[in-house]
Amino acid sequence: MATKASRSAARVMMAPAVILLLGWMLVPLTMTLWFSFRKYLPLRGGDLGGAGFDNYLRFVSSSAFWPSVITTLLIVGSVLVITVCLGILLAMLLDQPMWGQGVVRILVIAPFFVMPTVSALVWKNIFMDPNNGLFAHLWRFFGADPVSWMSAASMPSIILIVSWQWLPFATLILLTAIQSLDGEQLEAAEMDGAPHLKRFWYIVLPHLSRAITIVILIQTIFLLSIFAEIFVTTGGAFGTKTLTYLIFQRVLESQNVGLGSAGGVYAIILANIVAIFLMRIVGKNLDA
Amino acid sequence: MARSVTPQRKALNTAAAWAIGLLIFFPILWTIITSFKTEAQAISDPPVFLFFDWTLENYGAVMERSNYGRFLWNSIIIAGGSTLLGVIIAVPAAWSMAFVPSNRTKDILLWMLSTKMLPAVGVLYPMYLIFIKFGLLDSRTGLVIVLMLINLPIIVWMLYTYFREIPGEILEAARMDGATLKSEIIYILTPMAIPGIASTMLLNFILAWNEAFWTLNLTAAKAAPLTAFIASYSSPEGLFYAKLSAASTIAIAPILILGWFSQKQLVRGLTFGAVK
Amino acid sequence: MSLRNALGAATALSLIAAGGVFAETLTIATVNNGDMIRMQGLTADFTEKTGHEVEWVTLEENVLRQRVTTDITTKGGSFDIMTIGMYETPIWGKNGWLVPLDDLSAEYDAADILPAMAGGLSYEGTLFAAPFYGESSMVMYRTDLMQAAGMEMPKAPTWEFIRDAAAAMTDREKEINGICLRGKAGWGEGGAFITAMSNSFGARWFDMEWNAQFDTEAWANTLNFYKDMMDASGPSGYATNGFNENLSLFNQGKCGMWIDATVAASFVTGKDSTVADHVGFALAPDNGLGKRSNWLWAWALAIPAGTQKEAAAKQFIEWATGTGYIELVAANEGWANVPPGARTSLYENPDYQKVPFAQMTLDSILSADPNNSTVEESPYVGVQFAAIPEFAGIATDVSQEFSAAYAGQQTVEEALAKAQALTNDAMEAAGYK
Repeated sequence: MATKASRSAARVMMAPAVILLLGWMLVPLTMTLWFSFRKYLPLRGGDLGGAGFDNYLRFVSSSAFWPSVITTLLIVGSVLVITVCLGILLAMLLDQPMWGQGVVRILVIAPFFVMPTVSALVWKNIFMDPNNGLFAHLWRFFGADPVSWMSAASMPSIILIVSWQWLPFATLILLTAIQSLDGEQLEAAEMDGAPHLKRFWYIVLPHLSRAITIVILIQTIFLLSIFAEIFVTTGGAFGTKTLTYLIFQRVLESQNVGLGSAGGVYAIILANIVAIFLMRIVGKNLDA
Repeated sequence: MARSVTPQRKALNTAAAWAIGLLIFFPILWTIITSFKTEAQAISDPPVFLFFDWTLENYGAVMERSNYGRFLWNSIIIAGGSTLLGVIIAVPAAWSMAFVPSNRTKDILLWMLSTKMLPAVGVLYPMYLIFIKFGLLDSRTGLVIVLMLINLPIIVWMLYTYFREIPGEILEAARMDGATLKSEIIYILTPMAIPGIASTMLLNFILAWNEAFWTLNLTAAKAAPLTAFIASYSSPEGLFYAKLSAASTIAIAPILILGWFSQKQLVRGLTFGAVK
Repeated sequence: MSLRNALGAATALSLIAAGGVFAETLTIATVNNGDMIRMQGLTADFTEKTGHEVEWVTLEENVLRQRVTTDITTKGGSFDIMTIGMYETPIWGKNGWLVPLDDLSAEYDAADILPAMAGGLSYEGTLFAAPFYGESSMVMYRTDLMQAAGMEMPKAPTWEFIRDAAAAMTDREKEINGICLRGKAGWGEGGAFITAMSNSFGARWFDMEWNAQFDTEAWANTLNFYKDMMDASGPSGYATNGFNENLSLFNQGKCGMWIDATVAASFVTGKDSTVADHVGFALAPDNGLGKRSNWLWAWALAIPAGTQKEAAAKQFIEWATGTGYIELVAANEGWANVPPGARTSLYENPDYQKVPFAQMTLDSILSADPNNSTVEESPYVGVQFAAIPEFAGIATDVSQEFSAAYAGQQTVEEALAKAQALTNDAMEAAGYK
């Protein structure tokens, strides 16, 4: 269908975006790779010579490495499950006829507009503080001992905060998808006497599969690199150190750029494993 | 897709949806309310909800301490600039992917998305050195470029999905009538794609507005946006809930208001081709 | 040399006289502590006197540290003045990254800076940062609660006394915790406290060959004592409490005692405190081993080497850390609110001597010695830190292990074993072994 002329025009038009992103990827990546093989300690005067694979070995052999990978996957996985499940339920509810639908929709998407730093600060201090937080007041009102959220329930707390931020996004996309569901098809199923659960399972869910994939893909990209939520709340203590955070500590707190860069390379590898995994699913769904 | 239901059912839906909506919105609401309390009221037990002497003193204190206007202006310029620049670069790319697809199109698209997975902190030092070399430290230009690059994959992808929804027959008909490539894009494609472009820009503006790593680490005084403004309120000495709430409120208010006014657009736009 | 100084002073004076002909705009990075916020509010006085404008970059402590460190190590030149501490100054000074402050004007009287502070902010005898305020740590306690418990706080308590008093003052029904201490992860938060405390228990970070010492009994004693006392008499969630959290608790009347920075004294006796009239002070506790558990710290102003605005930056430093500024604050906000701990003359001032915590602050500062902080000999300088580039990273990791132990997620023994391993690993990576 496409002519030769339009093909070459297409290439020209694609060029700026591709070249820019290639540069954006390659320049820092090359520098990261370079640093990862150097003994680069800014506070000791900078580049102190080659280090071979020392940084790579040291980074994985550190006791913090595997826990950080697990923490990363746990946060990403939990937030995905929570936001997708609640998102589907919420989207189905919001799709129902009701009064004031527009306002409710505004209320539900609002958290998406809040800066991660702000939401972490507000949750940590105003809600989860074990002495003055609103939850502590609530717990005491019911005669319970206030929970020290950030230490005793650090992971659930962070997952809660991040889920709160991303639930609106999932709900929005899923809502758009549900609204496009063919009403007649559903009504026909209703006539046939198909129970709610069956209708949901055989008609609604398959219809949503593409939207769910999109939600998972986009959120994974952002969740793999969450940082502010951890920096503000626990500072990586109490088992909440993600791979991103571990790299941050190596680069900025330990001022060991070589070691941190090696960690960066590992993070890229992890991201690519996740990406390949995702692309498998998404690629299939995107073609449909 | 309005379905007819009994009034009871509708009332039930309404009650459930409002309850959940308010629950989700509550943290923001509570922050806004707290920002009008005194510091002592902000931590009082039992908490006071609406019946207290509303005060503006926290906003006064925050305004006196920081040049809010400049932070706000920087946020607008950086988020707006990077969005605009990103769309200008992405539209041609997305167009060619959608209408002149080759067998590598999907690979390129997925590769673009994968660039977003680089952990930012790993390249902080390289980026910092590059910024020094080009004199971009603490400049809005530098941040516009970086944020544009960060979000470019998302922009390209979103636009691509919109463009693909535009039926190819229309374009072919236009071509038959002898439309050039340029007029094809300007007169046929763009009008049809405007809702998609608008919601792409909206989403990107929000993402750029909330980006807190590069905006914090590559700025000092001149180009610092609202994310840096918030960083000076995160743990002051003594009681600070009310002042923190006030600072938080004015940091998120502009984007919240923008988001609310354009929520229909956003709801319609965030499809990623998911509708069908 | 003196000629150059005189010339420098003359130039500075003529610049002032010229009324801002060479007016510059200084970009200053600082931390969002109360005293710095106050300084920000008084900038107009500096501009009026010199004609120079000031752009403030005010950041939370952790963000500030990463921001200025990145900038100084890459020679980014984003700032003309940086607010740094006693930990950074000697390391950066050694690397030649800071402008030496050895030619400040005679009027400024650098000799007036408290020797402990000047010593901690110098490298090989050259001053590289001027202290804006200095601090040690001490016991702040509620006189009313102490009386109700039937006890009397000595001027120099022991840890046993503190533990017993804490138990006696605790009243969970009334939300009164006998003692509030830092447990928050981070080398400058809980890490600083436990290190200073460990000094009084005879522990140290490294032996003379830079081997980590967390496998010693002294460290086990420190941590067990701390955890037992805090579990019995501390607030819930103490493992996440830092300076700010404890200050807020104390001000709300929820702490019987609080051992922390001396600068907190002006806050707990200030207008935001509900217990301002019932606060007493004592030296930080000891354990009979000859070392007390108080630290030494200063927030100081330094000029990055390579700035184009060195002269103006020095003028600012002389303004902000000189006696004139102290008088300015005293005139505006009273003597209790002036930046403490930096100058000898402040403690000789009869007006300041009336401030209830002045003498105890001075005594605490004078009893801390960064060059000789541990019972057994140690190879490092610093009381609550070791002034080596690797320390911040290591101590943050170590304090995270400790905090996890405070929160009951692992035992003290496990925390110490992990601390030992990761410290030795990091020291090996840095080439000490």
